[in-house]
Amino acid sequence: MPAVQDTVERVKEIDVDQYKYGFVTDIESVTAPKGLNEDIVRFISAKKDEPEWLLEWRLEAFKRWLTMQEPEWANVQYPKIDFQDLYYYSAPKSTEGPKSLDDVDPDLLETYKKLGIPLREQEVLAGVQGAPKVAVDAVFDSVSVVTTFKEELAKAGVIFCSISEAVKNHPEMVKRYLGSVVPSTDNFYATLNSAVFSDGSFVYVPEGVRCPMELSTYFRINAEQTGQFERTLIIADKGAYVSYLEGCTAPMRDENQLHAAVVELVALEDAEIKYSTVQNWYPGNKDGKGGIFNFVTKRGDCRGDRSKISWTQVETGSAITWKYPSCILRGDGSRGEFYSIAISNGYQQIDSGTKMIHLGKNTSSRIISKGIAAGHSNNTYRGLVSAHRRASNARNFSVCDSLLIGDKCGAHTVPYLEAKNASATFEHEATTSKISDDQLFYCLSRGLSEEEAVALIVNGFVRDVLQHLPMEFMAETQKLISISLEGSVG
Amino acid sequence: MLEIKNLHANVDGREILKGLDLTLPTGEVHAIMGPNGSGKSTLAYVLAGKDDYEVTEGSITWNGVDVLALAPSDRAAAGVFLAFQYPMEIPGVATMTFLRSSVNAVRKARGQEELSTPDFLRLVKEKAKTLNIDTEMLRRPLNVGFSGGEKKRNEILQMTLLEPSLCVLDETDSGLDIDALRVVADGVNALRSPERSMLVITHYQRLLDYIVPDRVHVLSDGRVARSGGPELALELEKSGYAGFGDEATAA
Repeated sequence: MPAVQDTVERVKEIDVDQYKYGFVTDIESVTAPKGLNEDIVRFISAKKDEPEWLLEWRLEAFKRWLTMQEPEWANVQYPKIDFQDLYYYSAPKSTEGPKSLDDVDPDLLETYKKLGIPLREQEVLAGVQGAPKVAVDAVFDSVSVVTTFKEELAKAGVIFCSISEAVKNHPEMVKRYLGSVVPSTDNFYATLNSAVFSDGSFVYVPEGVRCPMELSTYFRINAEQTGQFERTLIIADKGAYVSYLEGCTAPMRDENQLHAAVVELVALEDAEIKYSTVQNWYPGNKDGKGGIFNFVTKRGDCRGDRSKISWTQVETGSAITWKYPSCILRGDGSRGEFYSIAISNGYQQIDSGTKMIHLGKNTSSRIISKGIAAGHSNNTYRGLVSAHRRASNARNFSVCDSLLIGDKCGAHTVPYLEAKNASATFEHEATTSKISDDQLFYCLSRGLSEEEAVALIVNGFVRDVLQHLPMEFMAETQKLISISLEGSVG
Repeated sequence: MLEIKNLHANVDGREILKGLDLTLPTGEVHAIMGPNGSGKSTLAYVLAGKDDYEVTEGSITWNGVDVLALAPSDRAAAGVFLAFQYPMEIPGVATMTFLRSSVNAVRKARGQEELSTPDFLRLVKEKAKTLNIDTEMLRRPLNVGFSGGEKKRNEILQMTLLEPSLCVLDETDSGLDIDALRVVADGVNALRSPERSMLVITHYQRLLDYIVPDRVHVLSDGRVARSGGPELALELEKSGYAGFGDEATAA
């Protein structure tokens, strides 16, 4: 496992306070004034030159949001957020969209370079045959900066652009699908997002098309005290297939940063969407100070018969994670999957899981969740599996395994099961284990350091889920696991 | 040369080793025998550096190096290898992955270059063959669902790959049928060399028919009670551990 050893070496060079990606790029931002009111919503909409209907949609969401309460049921603790003390819009200064990478702010490119993002995709640009193709819609703070491979995607009829562009160029589609999976009234954070969302990705794969490459968006929070409100909308038309990767890093910050994204997936008849996330936002320092608040609403709608949506997530970052990528299994014979690795260390708090809502006949779902808690962290799996009256022969299989490292962390499993149709079959397995001293000693006596040993054992623990990640993410994930668990033993 | 002097060690606050002295010259194979509870496995764990085994007095040096001052992984790098009586299972980690991580960690600590993937695979396949290990076994998670024989052969494979200078085999014969025992013994014998010392811990004389030791030490109540040549093992086979504090055998 060279990846692990390579990482361990790098881990040794940093300590907890020196978050690997904790640097700030100095780029002039155009920022809206602090606070949130109707004028700010109008400012954002105007800044993006949006049509009237979208402004109305935002304003309605904002009015609704004013009447809502922050949810408090999650197993996380944090000081109350002052929503008037945040910025709601910040864009890198660039009035005209860059024509090519050469036109992009060199500081920005430098930032990506530090992150190791293959924006330039040298091999592909050079026309190397058989090179893996990853289209990157790079979101820097709030505005998409560069989208590559658009042409090749266009040839296949795939639309992959920022939501802002989609609003301009494909308004009928945005109008039809935006908020159709996560309504603007859904929950406190989703409603906030609906009012102030800045940008995000839009994907449409036409009928019968298998998207020729993995689509990938790298998010990065850069401006200080900027709430992040990405909005992603992915539509796979009948018989289409798309795999989408989302990876995140963030610079070091003292103030807590709020991130409340919304992701909506729509799969029509026989379509399949695979959505993978590696989330590595700043988790706070070793005393639990700082770090990102990640309150995300992700939901997929298996709208057509025999459609399939699969979520795979690797959650290693953020001070607080509140996230339940879910599937609504509306079409008959549709299928939902959720594969999760959630690692918490230091003072991180994770409350994450999924919802599988079986509505159609003969629907099936599968949940494999691996939670790893170290340090003083708290790691909760919360999942709902429900079969409605008409959902005959609904099937679910769930495995929720927790691994504890040390004796100051907590792992919790909160499964909710509801079957309103007698023919439903739900299976749920849960285990909690510790890395045993004997396992650790066995590895040490074979020459591995404690960090290498823990990384190895944890990588084994999460293997069932790792297998579901696209190849590009596997090595990265193994590295992240090592980095995240640094200082968890000894 | 391994020199153990006046070694005292506690487990859970209870003294198990009570002044053990032992000298193992380089290139020799010594057997440690003794009744249950005499401290055989404790000695093995103390040599490898297990946490809960607290040395309260005495010393262990290996070629002049203070073994007790080294962390377990540093001992592995210094050439100490323990073949476990009960090898640990690590779910999800392919045996091959574990072997490679281990070999490269030790090589790096010894200032050698890490082996490339093809070189490593070639080496493992060659060594596995001599131990009758199927490559299919190496793809399975480490020791998970392995038979007793597979686990022990896997231990000897690791010993072969890590090229230790001091091998400690803790009850390697336990749980093996006679065929498996032969394969394991052949593997151990193939590693015998003038540069390598071995400590073979066993309850039964049977193993020593296949791995013939230069000397035999009998432990009793945390000390070496008697030492002799290979014939001592045969004598124990006849008379049992009566007189060495094993009431069951004495009765």
